[in-house]
Amino acid sequence: MSQFSMSGGGLDARWRWRLASHGIGLLVLLPLGAGVVGVVLPAFGYLPALGAREPGLAVFAALLAEPGFWRSVRVSAVSGLGATALSVALTALILAAAHGTPALRVAERLLAPILSVPHAAAALGFVFLFAPSGFLLRLVSPWPSGLHAPPDLALLNDPNGLALMAALTIKETPFLFLMALAALGQVRAGERTALARTLGYGPMAGFLLGVWPLVYRQLRLPILAVLAFSVSVVDMALILGPTRPPTLSVRILTWLHSPDIEGWLLGSAGAVAMIALVAALIGLWLALEALAAPAFARLRTSGRRGAGDGPLRAAILVLALLGVLALLVGFAGLVTQSFAGYWPFPDTLPRAFSAAAWRDHLAMAAHVLGQTLALALGAMALSLPLAVVLLEAARRGAGVWWLVYAPLILPQVAFLFGLDVLAIAAGITPGLGAVTLAHTLFALPYALIALSGPWQALDPRYEAVAASLGAGPLRCLLAVRLPLLARPLAIAAALAVAVSVGLYLPTQMIGGGRVVTVTTEAVAAASAGDRRLIGLFATLQLLLPVLAFSLARGGPPLVRRLRRVHP
Amino acid sequence: MSLVFDAYRVHLGGRPLARLDGTVAPGTVLSVMGPSGAGKSSLLLGIAGLLPPPFTVSGRVTLGGRDLLALPTRERGLGLMFQDALLFPHLSVLGNVLFAVPRRGPDGARRSRRARRDLALAALRRVALADLARRDPETLSGGQKSRVALARTLAGEPRALLLDEPFSALDQTLRAATRDIVFDLARQDGLPVVMVSHDPADARAAKGPIIDIAALPSAPERLI
Repeated sequence: MSQFSMSGGGLDARWRWRLASHGIGLLVLLPLGAGVVGVVLPAFGYLPALGAREPGLAVFAALLAEPGFWRSVRVSAVSGLGATALSVALTALILAAAHGTPALRVAERLLAPILSVPHAAAALGFVFLFAPSGFLLRLVSPWPSGLHAPPDLALLNDPNGLALMAALTIKETPFLFLMALAALGQVRAGERTALARTLGYGPMAGFLLGVWPLVYRQLRLPILAVLAFSVSVVDMALILGPTRPPTLSVRILTWLHSPDIEGWLLGSAGAVAMIALVAALIGLWLALEALAAPAFARLRTSGRRGAGDGPLRAAILVLALLGVLALLVGFAGLVTQSFAGYWPFPDTLPRAFSAAAWRDHLAMAAHVLGQTLALALGAMALSLPLAVVLLEAARRGAGVWWLVYAPLILPQVAFLFGLDVLAIAAGITPGLGAVTLAHTLFALPYALIALSGPWQALDPRYEAVAASLGAGPLRCLLAVRLPLLARPLAIAAALAVAVSVGLYLPTQMIGGGRVVTVTTEAVAAASAGDRRLIGLFATLQLLLPVLAFSLARGGPPLVRRLRRVHP
Repeated sequence: MSLVFDAYRVHLGGRPLARLDGTVAPGTVLSVMGPSGAGKSSLLLGIAGLLPPPFTVSGRVTLGGRDLLALPTRERGLGLMFQDALLFPHLSVLGNVLFAVPRRGPDGARRSRRARRDLALAALRRVALADLARRDPETLSGGQKSRVALARTLAGEPRALLLDEPFSALDQTLRAATRDIVFDLARQDGLPVVMVSHDPADARAAKGPIIDIAALPSAPERLI
């Protein structure tokens, strides 16, 4: 960091920044810690509010004795680990194939909207495409498949969680891709690949051997976040996961929602088991990384040039394109579904269209939309200023950067319930306020991720000039830095909105069922199997982030243009 | 093997940017001088086949009779050195050089890992850095880094060298020493060299033909 960034900061100021950033860190860690304590105590048999006062391992014994417990653990582990490994591999391959071609530009533009799609909506789009009665089978029925009724196949909700794994991969690859793109700028990828190419390497081999290892180093935390999320995901597992038995995360939720104290205790023990599972899988991932390192190192100096990679590059880009296309068709299908009248199996399109679903549910949808927006705007309004303070503190060497990932790496299902218990014990009524705070916890890390690159990239001399003209630190921030970073700030705001709209479990658990959003309603409609309602809420789920990103893209330039017209 | 430029031009969006004509004999250095923005680097990247659109190239660049511009970058056999050493931080010094050693010898026979390792060490010996083979490149001094970069370039068994402001990140004394090593080794290997630089001292030390890109529009005929 250059000396300019220290402008206007004495020792006093430095301590103030440190205090602020550590304070925010504490605000993030406190609920997480409290949430963990809130499940660990009942897991070991201590829940005095409900009369359980004998600490011991009895609850865990009961948990292990639950039928199919280990199967649930296995499905969670395999689908989560598999989705993570596939996403990492796909990110590396697509990036290697697209790097240095116009395809990367296209990918960059498509990324934000794809990324902002809520998990539940992606899962519902997946159902629309791949269900036995889904769009793809309709396309090939009755000819050439010969089917006149949906086949009796477990294409979704398969006992091994493969459908869940596939959908998770589709959803997590864009996230890792975005993170990798941010890292690319810092490792001089273009020059290194060029160098490898003059030495005879094919473009993909040059990238994978010479650049990817550097990108991977910076991708570690995001990968662990993907792993933790995939293993413990609830909404996607409810829609796509196996049912007998379901994944560990879904079972934990079921136990916690049961009305008796046994369920609460079991669920708490399950949450502790989930934390242990995620920790074990993170350990496994790091161990595999260490094991694979010598093999990769040998490959890097083996001199293999991978020269004829043209067909492979083309194949990978086509595959990526098909993935994006599948998502888009899935979403178009969900919107169609909300307007569909009678739509029997082999028909590719509905026989009739009607706005009945929208008309019948308009009042309810408006209420749900209002709550969703209130939460999203609240989380955005809270997380952005916090992110700015953290970034400014980090610029002055008082960063608590790693803390940011804590809410992403700790399994949601593990700490949210404990948090809820403690909130009730503390007399906080579940409602919009509490849920907004919970959403802020998850919106903040994403806002920081979106802002950190541009924040570091801004030439510090702008503020140096302002400071030399007599502007104090606050004025430098408000009058120079923030306006210059209006675009990234707007994108970060949109991302915060998108994250909040997509959150299922925090809304469900902290809201105690009283707070409903388009996402909780979409998942509820999915379990009820009402296709029109699924289509309706999925459409709203897709609409809000797209709207947010359009505003973010169009807003700042519009303001600038207006200023040019009226100086 | 000579490097021959025959009406070689770089265009930016159809507009001619810079051109080069003439022959660079084995072991000699052609210095391309000019202010920044004149298209010097584009000229080099175009020879290597690394210019992204909207840049285009035309004419012929032949090396030992083969037209380079028709070949993909990896088959042109050019050693490219940038201003920064660009050593791979995830590989050791030896690993960096090994990265460049081809898998097959000039006779087309597969080289053993041991043979490639020996070649890499030999390349490091040429720049007097064999004893640092196991080091992490981050622990080297600036001068050492550029020598490792040179060893890596030569280990790739190039048929010509392209140098893009290769010494401008070094201080004056280091600069002269590094320059001498580069030119010496290129002469030993009989490699034609094209060097882009804005420092007249570089061009003088190269003792070869010098062309000034800035003079291009007024003197569009044969330049070397």
